[in-house]
This record gives sequence, structure tokens and C-alpha cells, in this order.
Amino acid sequence: MATKVFMEALSPTMEEGRLVKWNKNEGDAIKQGDVLAEVETDKAVMELVARGEGVLRARLVAEGAAVPVGTLVGVIGAKDEDISALVAGASAAAAAAAPPVTAAAASAPQSNAGTSGSASTAAAPLPVAASGSGTHGSAPSAAPASAAAARTIASPLARRLAGDRGVELSGVTGSGPGGRIVKRDIEAIAAAGSSARAAAPVRKTIEGDFEDVPLTMIRKTIAKRLAESIGPIPTFYLTAEFDLSRAAEMRTAAAELGDEFKVSFNDIILKATATALAQHPEVNAHWLGDHIRYHNRVHLGMAVATDDGLIVPVIFDANEKGLGAISRESKELAKKARERKLKPEDYTGSTFSVSNLGMMQIEQFTAIINPPEVGILAIGAIEDKAVVAPDGGFEVRKRLRVTMSCDHRAVDGAVGAKFLQTLRRLIENPLLLVH
Amino acid sequence: MPVITYRDALNQALREEMHNDDRVFLMGEEVGLYNGAYKVSKGLLEEFGEMRVVDTPITELGFAGVGVGAAMVGLRPVIEFMTWNFALLALDQVVNAAAKMLYMSGGQYPMPIVFRGPNGAALQLSAQHSQAWESWLAHIPGLKVVSPGTPYDAKGLLKSAIRDGNPVVFLEGEMLYNTKGEVPEEPYLIPLGKADLKREGNDCSIITSGKMVLVAMSAADQLAKEGIHVDVVDLRTIRPMDTEAIFASVRRTNRAVVLEEGWEVCGIGAQVVDYIQRDCFDDLDAPVIRVHQADVPMPYAKAIEKAAKPDVPKTIAAVKKVMYLEA
Repeated sequence: MATKVFMEALSPTMEEGRLVKWNKNEGDAIKQGDVLAEVETDKAVMELVARGEGVLRARLVAEGAAVPVGTLVGVIGAKDEDISALVAGASAAAAAAAPPVTAAAASAPQSNAGTSGSASTAAAPLPVAASGSGTHGSAPSAAPASAAAARTIASPLARRLAGDRGVELSGVTGSGPGGRIVKRDIEAIAAAGSSARAAAPVRKTIEGDFEDVPLTMIRKTIAKRLAESIGPIPTFYLTAEFDLSRAAEMRTAAAELGDEFKVSFNDIILKATATALAQHPEVNAHWLGDHIRYHNRVHLGMAVATDDGLIVPVIFDANEKGLGAISRESKELAKKARERKLKPEDYTGSTFSVSNLGMMQIEQFTAIINPPEVGILAIGAIEDKAVVAPDGGFEVRKRLRVTMSCDHRAVDGAVGAKFLQTLRRLIENPLLLVH
Repeated sequence: MPVITYRDALNQALREEMHNDDRVFLMGEEVGLYNGAYKVSKGLLEEFGEMRVVDTPITELGFAGVGVGAAMVGLRPVIEFMTWNFALLALDQVVNAAAKMLYMSGGQYPMPIVFRGPNGAALQLSAQHSQAWESWLAHIPGLKVVSPGTPYDAKGLLKSAIRDGNPVVFLEGEMLYNTKGEVPEEPYLIPLGKADLKREGNDCSIITSGKMVLVAMSAADQLAKEGIHVDVVDLRTIRPMDTEAIFASVRRTNRAVVLEEGWEVCGIGAQVVDYIQRDCFDDLDAPVIRVHQADVPMPYAKAIEKAAKPDVPKTIAAVKKVMYLEA
């Protein structure tokens, strides 16, 4: 049986994709998981992988064309299988969906007037199943594919499970009638690693990753009152100035040992932040409306500026990683971000974020919290400053200003301050980081 | 524990309740001298006499009305219809008199009456005598509708129905009377409005009642051989319906098949599906599927009658469909 290849939602917010390049020709043998094409999403260039086996029988969208998510872009089938109906049905849509896409969508014939909710799709009408055939209330096995184009079809249970387990529905291939995503599809991904998204390592949620704590009454009141004052995230800011002299010494000493030990100040700050977060789950948390999720693992988001805008890739389990590993990983993520090669799993799941504008000579700034996180650290420039020495004289030392934005619904002033105390102790005594 | 027939279980229930309460009497066609068309009332005339086991002419509307009048003045009649197919003329008494008496008399006239008899199809009795009326009757506020599928349930529920202060419609089955099951010797009651989980499995819920319980159990046996384990939720009482039992099962299995004897349109299954979609929307992995009689008058010809009835293969196919195992 032929497998339809659809433009998939390869990022959580993707509505259309540009088919950059076909990696397979018509007639090529296809295995499950083969990369069929490269697709540019709103965030990155991603791979469109095969969901079935056989031969790539048809390429229905030209390279360079942008089509809405859900559009039929190709057909995989047996060598001699008759796919003319599939192709005929899709050709109109593909033609209509050629750039400019907005115009195509607007001019698509209102052929699916009967299927409300699928109005945004430009897919051609499919043959309507004969009605009144006597199978009542049965699963709509003849669900029009055009509906799939408009939205992800999943059973209510599958939607709930996907939410619970952090599975992105748009990336899942449904095994139910009409491609409906059902319970077993979510379970397969959550349990055995992804077959639907072969290239994507799925981070399994294991028990003990976090602790959900219901809101106390006082917490509820604080949350409500403060959000009324500054909303929707009632943020306050804590600024501290750290002494980086020892960090600078350590960095110099390390660099002298060889290039492989070179680390940046930013790496040291990331490492220190991750270590401090591990000691302060009260700020390594997510505000989830009716409860706060305190994470036992530290997934550190690092804001990266790219030509297209800001993106926050994640160093997972940052507290478990050494300075060298963090240094390598942060470089790698920044590079991928600039090349738009980050995958959704690279930039989702952070428990706390760090933003650094020090390299642009910003002394101090406030960063915007990335919800549902409850804090973000804004790193300013490292500057030589005259400070009062313990003996009462003045000396020139390297100083750094950090400002923590805190979501007051979850984090009170003293709680944020204690975290910054820990961070100060680590950054000012960087030997603790190798402890 | 003694194993007895559904017929004898009902007989025991009647006998026990007539002993317990001398206001209880049985009335209907052939219930006395002939011992009942299906022998449910065997021996009762001999034991309780003509005042309490009353043979009637073939006048369903008439003796249903006599029953209503008797209940109004303090007796507790059990009205037997030879089958519910013969009871259509009597529905004015059931629906307009019995179901509304307490309400329209401002509480002055109680209505502790049981209307009982076989419901639905037997074998080759053709279109007029093979009809399942539960959805008609359960539609009416003021009536309770009971539909037991086993001898144990039949006895416990009939005793409760007779003791209930409201009009109770009690649906038996011609094909059920000879079925056997364990029934304890000591007295017991089964409360109206309580379902029974007849079989437990986590893959799918089959929600059913009455005669169809046997179909569901047989389907469950066969499915188990294929490694598919289903819940069989026997509603036992159709009105009031034990929705919590339905929800508990569906929340565990995430899939449901509703199996009923009657027709599809406005059937009991439609009501069950409505309850499920309202309260278990986020628990469903598949649309609920109904299994029911074909939407035609019951055919007389044996093969076509078989094709029209809900049965084990249709139930198995429905279970596989909601499990996405078959197209």
C-alpha cells in the first residue's frame, strides 16, 4: 500500500515549509527513516524522513516551493502500484500551493465546504466515501486527507498522553484510520525511542527528574496579587557584581596547559550557573499555573543571537557536565544556531536560561523570562574596575555584573538572592567547580 | 452453590416476595392454571391461591390498568406480559398512568408495580414478535428499566424491583429462561441502578445488558484467545444507568463498544455513547462503536434473521475496530 509523504510540522510553530532540496529521485528505493528531502521551517533547515518503504514514485512539490504543513509532497509505493488517483488528487493542490503560498491558499477552490475546520488547506477534494453504508458510528476510516492537512488528527487520549509525556504531536505519524495518532503511537515514541522521528533522540522522562509541588495558599495569593500588579509574569530583578579575578587566573592557567583546556568566561559562568541551580531547585523550576515543577535535572538554556533572531538552545544535564564538555557543547550549539541547523529537541526543555551581552560591552541589562521557566540570568561585560581592597586601599580587579530576572509567583526575593550568593561563591572561587 | 435456570430464579424471586409481603400478587395471561407461558410462575397458583395469582383474558391494556389501580390503593402488583411485543396496547397504562401517577397526584398515589415479561427476539418469530423495547421504555421519566442477563441477577433484581416503590419495567428473555447459573440458597437483593463488571480486561470495554451479556461474554472468551482482554460491563439496570461504572471502565481501557439487542436509531447505545463522550472525552483513543440489530423489521427467514441480529462475530469485529486492529 502506498505511503503518502506530507509536508510535516517540523517545528512546534511551523505552518508551512519550503522544500529546499530533494535527496531522492523518483524511482529510488526508500527505507523507513531515509531522508527524502530538506525542508526549511520557520526556524531551521530540517530533514523530511520517510514513513514507509518502497520506491519513491512521485515528487509532487518542486525544489524551492513552499507549501502548507500537511500538503502531499510525494508518494512512496510499490514499483508497479497504481498511484494515479493519489497523484491526480494532489497535483491540483501542489500547483495551487506553489509560491506565493498566501495567494495559493486564498485562491484554492472552496471544494471542501462541507468539512469546516479544514478551510485553510489547499488540498484537492478527495472522493467522498459512500454514505449510509450501514457501518454506523464507526471510526471514520475514510477521513479526508485534506483534514489532516489542516490539523494534526489525534485521539483525545493521544493528545492528553502526548501532553503528559512531552511528545510533540506534529512529528508523530499516526497509525489509526486516516492517519489518526492513537495511544500506541505515543507509547511507542515515549517508550522505545522514536520510530516516527528516527533522527531525534527522545529524552525519556524518568522518575525523579522533577517534583511537582501543589501551590500553597500563600503562594497562590502571592501569584495572584503580583500578577495583577505586573503581568502576566510579575518579574523583579536582582543585580550583583562578582569578582572574576580568580576565574581569570584559572582561565589563564588552564590555557597554558594547552588549547584543549581553553575555556571562555562564558563557559565558566554557564558551569557555575548549572552547579548553583543543582543546589537551588527552587529557581530551577517551571511555573505551571496550578503547581510549580521543581526540576532535579538542570537543562540550561543559552540565548544565542543569530541573523534571524534570538534562539535558546539547551545544554542538557549541564550540572553533570565538566567545564570542557560545556565549553565544547556551547560552541557547537551556537554554531548550529547560526547555521539554522538546530532541531526542535535542541531548543526545547530548558529549566533555566542564561543570556550574555557582555561581548557587546553591555555593562548590565535585564533579560525577559522564557516561560514556563521562573528565572533568567543576564550577564554583562567583564570590566577592570577599581575596588576597595581588604586592607582599605584600592586595587584593580575584573568585575562582572549579573542580573537575575525572577518570576515572583514562584521565586521570592530572598530565594533569588540566595541563589546568587551560591553563584557568587562558585564564580569567585572557581576551584569549587572542579570539586 | 445450586445451579438453576433463569426461569427458576425468577420463580424463586416471586415466591419469596409473595411470602414476604401479602400485598404482592401476580396477574397476567396464563400465569395461573397453565403455570405461565414460560413456566416462570410454576406452582404459584397452588401455593398462593386465586386471589394472588390471577389469570386474565387477552386484554393487556385492561389488566395493566387493573394493576395500576391496585397499586394506587396499596397493593404491590406484578403484571406479567406474555411478551413485551404484546404489551404495546398496554403502554398507555405503563407510560401515561403508572409512570406519572405519583407525579400528577402530587405524591398522593404511590405506584409500586412491576411490569415483567420476555423482551426482544427469540428464534423465527418474525417482525412483530421479535422487538426489543428497552429504549422506548427507558425514554420515560418515572419508569425504572431493569434487564438482567443471568439467573443470579434475575432473582436479586426482581426481588428489588418488587420492593421498589416505583413502577419498574422488568425485561426478561425467551432465550434466557433456559440458561443456567449459580444462585445462592440464602436470600439476597441486588440494588437497582448498579452495573456489574462481569469480566475484566484492559483493552476495551463492552457495555451491554440483558441477553447481550451472553454475547459479550462469548466474544470476550474468543478475543482472549487472541490476547485481547476486554471488560464486560453489564448495566443490569438501564434506567437509572450506572454511569460511574461505565466511566471507570472506559477510563481504564480507553475504548468502548456498546452492544444492545435493539435497533440503532435512538437506541440505548446512543445514550451510553453520549455519556461517554461527555465524561470520558480525553480518555478515548477511538470513537465508540455500537453493535445492534440491523435497521429493519426482524426477518423471518432463518439466515436473514441471523444476519440481522447482533452477535459474537459482530462484537469481535467491533472490538478489533476500536483497537485499530482491523480496518
